[in-house]
Amino acid sequence: MKAQFATKHPAVAPRFETGERVRVRKSAPLGHIRTPFYIRGHVGEIERFCGCFPNPEELAQMRSGLPAQPLYRVRFKQKDVWPGYRGADADVVEIEIYQHWLEPA
Amino acid sequence: MSDQGTYRPFSYYQLMETSLRELLVEKGIVTDAEINAEVAQMRARSAERGARVVARAWVDAEYKKRLLANGTAACEELGLEIPALHLVVVENTPTVHNAIVCTLCSCYPRVLLGIPPDWYKSRNYRSRMVREPRAVLAEFGLRIADSVQIRVHDSTADMRYMVLPMRPQGTEGWDEARLATLVTRDSMIGVAVPSAAGG
Repeated sequence: MKAQFATKHPAVAPRFETGERVRVRKSAPLGHIRTPFYIRGHVGEIERFCGCFPNPEELAQMRSGLPAQPLYRVRFKQKDVWPGYRGADADVVEIEIYQHWLEPA
Repeated sequence: MSDQGTYRPFSYYQLMETSLRELLVEKGIVTDAEINAEVAQMRARSAERGARVVARAWVDAEYKKRLLANGTAACEELGLEIPALHLVVVENTPTVHNAIVCTLCSCYPRVLLGIPPDWYKSRNYRSRMVREPRAVLAEFGLRIADSVQIRVHDSTADMRYMVLPMRPQGTEGWDEARLATLVTRDSMIGVAVPSAAGG
């Protein structure tokens, strides 16, 4: 699968394809985490593969963040995410999530 | 720094910023002139840069394709240097309306839209835009029909986002420069839509 943005870092191999269903890990580690709390544990669909980027959790600890993590945009149905969501069934929220936070659903 | 004339003691973060800046200057890591130049450049960047990109996409279908495929490369085509910015452009259509938020902090494509408005960084916008976008958009005066899908983009990591609004009706035959005057900052965040009446 082609990344939208090519990067030169040594990187972990991408596991997921566009359209594949994935679950966000439900975990609460300490540190600088770019996976919002509200989406942990939810199931969505890979919208696109953005490219591979140094892991921000490692960067925040002054480490290299390498090998880089594949980064995806994941699309979630609002009705799946928020109980009592007021809006159309088709409404979605799309979030960038690193591969190590995703598992097959 | 505040531009207001009334004296107030520094807040915690102002004090920290000033201390750090003075320390960097004292140690010869940066100069005052460099800091001033950077601040001036930051203030000089405005949403007109983003508006140029939108107007080009409205008049040139091939450019629009390239913009949606790789926003960074398409901006560079117009001579807009956006170093290290991975720009994702999301397109509004008659059936899809896009809006941008950063729930974690306040990520924003400053090089294209300038300094973000205070509301973009507010806890209110950041927490509500993602869970009740229709209510928040209505507060901006924008009512989106239920038949239109709303896509909220939470800018959580390495991408930055810009909305490509729909070209307003009644602008047939307008040139790029005139079209660009219709494209507001808010329409590129997705909390407004451009209209020909507004220009």
